[in-house]
Amino acid sequence: MLHLILFLFFGTICVAGAINLLVQSHPINSALSLIVVMASLAAEYLLLGAEFVAAVQVLVYAGAIMVLFVITIMLLNAGKEERTKGSRVATLIGVPGVVLGGVLVAWTLLHRPDRLSFPVGALKGDPGDIARLLFHDFLLPFEVTSVLILIAIMGAVVLASRPEPVGRPVHTSPRPRETRELVATEKDRP
Amino acid sequence: MIPLSYYLLLSGILFICGVLGFLIKRNIITIFMSIELMLNGVNLSFVAFAAQWHALSGQVFVFFVMVVAAAEAAVGLAIIIAVYRTRETLNVDRVNLLKL
Repeated sequence: MLHLILFLFFGTICVAGAINLLVQSHPINSALSLIVVMASLAAEYLLLGAEFVAAVQVLVYAGAIMVLFVITIMLLNAGKEERTKGSRVATLIGVPGVVLGGVLVAWTLLHRPDRLSFPVGALKGDPGDIARLLFHDFLLPFEVTSVLILIAIMGAVVLASRPEPVGRPVHTSPRPRETRELVATEKDRP
Repeated sequence: MIPLSYYLLLSGILFICGVLGFLIKRNIITIFMSIELMLNGVNLSFVAFAAQWHALSGQVFVFFVMVVAAAEAAVGLAIIIAVYRTRETLNVDRVNLLKL
């Protein structure tokens, strides 16, 4: 009973955060509500007995990845979202389709004849067992993901590094028109 | 005893919120955050099924999803920074040309 109450409590926080992410118009508010979603999901993992996954969720997702997001939002000085028309097909067909699919999934799950259920904490997800599995059975995928993340780091550095400084012949793509005009006016000034 | 369907329902709701955000949001960073929300919903169902069938490998898969999400966030945010440098906008409707 207590577990059900805890599940409903954190689930409500989770859904409220997800809806808040959609409603807010400023990206920094969306990022903060996403942190709320991830933290409450960590609590749900704890209810399922997955302690290590919950810890990693808080460390990696709510910590590292969201810090990346918040830093990018602040770096780019992202202001309020401007409302443009957007894709009409996405709004007219996509949104009702998604809602319909969600209702179908919910109906199917809640009307199962045999309700699968499990005692809380039945599965011990402690770090020792997970490490044994990760470094024995899943050793090759583990190494492959390490290579993947190395490549991702190099790609991020290359993509986000500053373009060539002005003065040297620029081999990269030409600048947009507004920037070029701005540079010209500054050069014309005595 | 919490039914498995409750967890799957929560995971489905999170996924649907992510898809809706992907469809209706115009800010490229918020769209990216919606993708993370979808990944989180899938992770929850992974852990729920792992607890249901006493298979710890479901939790190991969550780690792989997290690693891929971290790599995706790093590269994606770098791409967003590069787009902002050339376009000076974050609105996806204004980024409609492949060339400058």
